[in-house]
Amino acid sequence: MLKFYFDLMSQPSRALYIFLKVTKIPVEFVKIDLKKAEHLTDEFKAVNRFQKVPCIVDGDFQLSESVAIFRYLIETRNGVAENWYPKELKTRALVDEFLEYQHNAVRLPCAMYFQTKFLIPIFSGKPVNEERVRSFKKQMENSLDALENIWLQSTEKEFLATKEISFADVLAACELEQPKMAGYNTFEGRPKLTKWYERVKEVTNPYYDEAHVIVNKVIQKNKSKL
Amino acid sequence: MKFYFDLLSQPSRALYIFLKVTKTPVEFVKIDLKRLEHLTNEFKAVNRFQKVPCIVDNGFKLSESVAIFRYLMQSNPNISENWYPKDAKSRALVDEFLEYQHIGVRYPCAIYFQTKWLLPTFSGKPPNEKKVREYENLMIKSLDTFENIWLASDQKEFLATKEISFADILACCELEQPRMADFDTFKDRPRLKKWHEKVKKETNPYYDEAHKNVYDIIQSKGKLSSKFDLVFIYRYLRYIKFKKFFE
Repeated sequence: MLKFYFDLMSQPSRALYIFLKVTKIPVEFVKIDLKKAEHLTDEFKAVNRFQKVPCIVDGDFQLSESVAIFRYLIETRNGVAENWYPKELKTRALVDEFLEYQHNAVRLPCAMYFQTKFLIPIFSGKPVNEERVRSFKKQMENSLDALENIWLQSTEKEFLATKEISFADVLAACELEQPKMAGYNTFEGRPKLTKWYERVKEVTNPYYDEAHVIVNKVIQKNKSKL
Repeated sequence: MKFYFDLLSQPSRALYIFLKVTKTPVEFVKIDLKRLEHLTNEFKAVNRFQKVPCIVDNGFKLSESVAIFRYLMQSNPNISENWYPKDAKSRALVDEFLEYQHIGVRYPCAIYFQTKWLLPTFSGKPPNEKKVREYENLMIKSLDTFENIWLASDQKEFLATKEISFADILACCELEQPRMADFDTFKDRPRLKKWHEKVKKETNPYYDEAHKNVYDIIQSKGKLSSKFDLVFIYRYLRYIKFKKFFE
């Protein structure tokens, strides 16, 4: 059976986890504990040469990169509902457009804000680098504005790329949860984004909430500190 | 189909080379980034993100080079299969690089280039040395991964598989960018250098054609001709006005 290696602290891990649970594609879920540096063991290096999650092993075929894994699953597994990656040429291209856009435009600023404000200070014990946090916060806010004002501008479609939910929406929502752990509410003051987020959760629950149990705990913990 | 591009942009060059090598019928429409043509309302109507490259195919608008590439492969069944193999596993390996490269290659190379060359040239201000060093370290890590992991296997000649794919073109174009800031991405990296020569061999004369301006800037070690300098003084005045787009 296909092995799916993941850690729910990792945004793309969560996205694939949710997708696999919703579509019920048969896989073996293998947890890799990033906190315990399990991804840096020689054993795991033999699974993924880049020492990251998520990744899969299908027989003797190894693959990393969540979007590449997603496409491989669509290509090789039967019975997956078409909305996740439409077959029609142009609709598919619009989903692809977001899947390519999100790396540098969404993931990077959200992840870097989270890392500089929350993760790195915790692991290094050093104080927060305020200048870097400010810079990434600005980039992140530009990114969120683009989601609110460009991607979700059209009344013709309910989701990021098309009328039905696709993997683009699951991936985006997972990326937008990350800064919340650092105390920044990515949805506040952005009504279209908020509405879209509720729709994504509605379609993918209970698996969305299941994937975000740890994240929600961290968010709550940080809220009580403020 | 209209293909909007500027050869100063790495993904523009990659698609340009791909389109020329495969002789895919398109109308090439140059958008001059130096003249801030991408920031006009006219171009905003073509691409809501105001960037190149992008296409318009009989009213259908699409941005993002990798998405455009896939769309071209799907809509032109005559294009040779090596660029994006049909076999699920080989295709997945090409995808793996196409997804990896955004943050793994493009980001460090582009931010180094922007911090060391583009912003200072455009603004007339000296580069932020601390940031240049930081981004250089990031870029070096990326290049080491390239040399030691992506090109580690003797089983394949190119990044993903035995034959050249779009992944190889895209990667080469990204690796040319820091060279304009006087950083030789291929120096002391024998596998990277060998692979670069193979990619050029497979795609020339179009690779060199796409990189003509880039080669000129590399030759002059990042310095531009006096004619260019006057142009850039003018741009600096406009840069102050459009500063927010460069942050």
